[in-house]
Amino acid sequence: MIHVACKQHRELKVEMIKNGIVIDHIRPRRAIDVLRILGIDGSFGYALTIAMNVPSKHIGRKDILKVENRDIDTNEINKIAVIAPEATINIIKDHRVVKKEKVTLPETIVGIIQCPNPKCITNKEREPAESVFLVKQKEPLILRCKYCEREISSPIMLS
Amino acid sequence: MKWTKKHIISINDFSRDEIDFVLEKSELMEKKLKDSKTSSLMNGRILANLFFEPSTRTRMSFEVAMKRLGGMTVGFDDLSVSSEVKGETIADTIRVVSDYADVVVMRHPVEGSAMLASEYCNSPVINGGDGANQHPTQTLLDLYTIKKEFGGLDGLDLCIVGDLKYGRTVHSLTSAIEKYDVKLKFISPKELKAPRQMIKSLVDRRIPVKESTKLNLRDSDVVYVTRIQKERFPDPQEYMRVKDAFIIDQRSLEALRDTAIIMHPLPRVSEISAGVDETKYARYFEQAKNGIPVRMALLCLVSGIKFW
Repeated sequence: MIHVACKQHRELKVEMIKNGIVIDHIRPRRAIDVLRILGIDGSFGYALTIAMNVPSKHIGRKDILKVENRDIDTNEINKIAVIAPEATINIIKDHRVVKKEKVTLPETIVGIIQCPNPKCITNKEREPAESVFLVKQKEPLILRCKYCEREISSPIMLS
Repeated sequence: MKWTKKHIISINDFSRDEIDFVLEKSELMEKKLKDSKTSSLMNGRILANLFFEPSTRTRMSFEVAMKRLGGMTVGFDDLSVSSEVKGETIADTIRVVSDYADVVVMRHPVEGSAMLASEYCNSPVINGGDGANQHPTQTLLDLYTIKKEFGGLDGLDLCIVGDLKYGRTVHSLTSAIEKYDVKLKFISPKELKAPRQMIKSLVDRRIPVKESTKLNLRDSDVVYVTRIQKERFPDPQEYMRVKDAFIIDQRSLEALRDTAIIMHPLPRVSEISAGVDETKYARYFEQAKNGIPVRMALLCLVSGIKFW
């Protein structure tokens, strides 16, 4: 079941979830990419609320995701940090926020981003070279491949 | 910096102080070479030259450097004799060679292969070129040539001519030279202009940069020429048009400062006419020769051998 967010009396009203995660302060228009990171598509069997381009005090406009009956792991949080560095993750248990954490962009991003350079060793079959990107600049984001030194600003996630 | 067992992978890993240190030690090594052509500093040590791609100057220059230090060399420069043709990974080749040799020099067409090799090698790895990415010892010998000529790098006007878009040498030289107080002029056909990221990095470091599509060597101390590669142009006629616009001949030397030098990483095709070779400006053959003391110094440094 998908609930679409709406504005009522200048306030965002969305249905509460009993258990799951709420990802807030996602950069506008990136909620779909976050869903892709979480592997959630049309076959997801629980409640999912997507709010896009809603006003935000912190970042002007933002996207929000509420996902019922879903947990999140460190690898997923690190991936989200690459495309939504201001995002906050709320873990909901029995309608209460039991944990709230801000994603932080690690200095080294391992095994998450595919190097776009086809000649990079990380794209060579059978070589034991995992993708490693170093954060050269946070705003705007510039990442550098540890191996071939290719710099990128729009990361492509490894599936 | 700890030099013993250090892998030499990218010029970007070097601070200005570290570059200066290598240049200073290369100078000392060259003085030692003048006194005696050989030494026993690397006596009993073995260098593995793993060239998965053909090379003349880099491979021979490392071989000569090691032999002049009294060491021995093993290796290959023909992919057909390496185990890669049998399907062996670079990581496995390096693991094996790591136990055979005290220092490994590797050239491989795959970008980032030298970094991977360093992760699987107990001996220091020196990158002899990994595809279009890095060739740090070329950059160090380029800087050494400039320093030898002018006593230092600060305050110089450098003009880089040719393929600024794809040229590995240009990118490495620029990322090293931006650590110094220099002025840069880039001359290239519009199709081969320097990458914007490279220009931005220079501007961020407040390095004065000029870009031009016309060959004008005025006000330059160093003219660094690179080959324009025919294969970069989809239209051969377009290549013919720009190729002729970037030939350094005796007439183009008229605009040069009296003390200016012309450099080229070689091999040269037609971008510097043979008539320039005998002029006082030509330094490209000396530049190639400078690879010996620089590589001798590096071999000693990564092997933990003090020669000063």
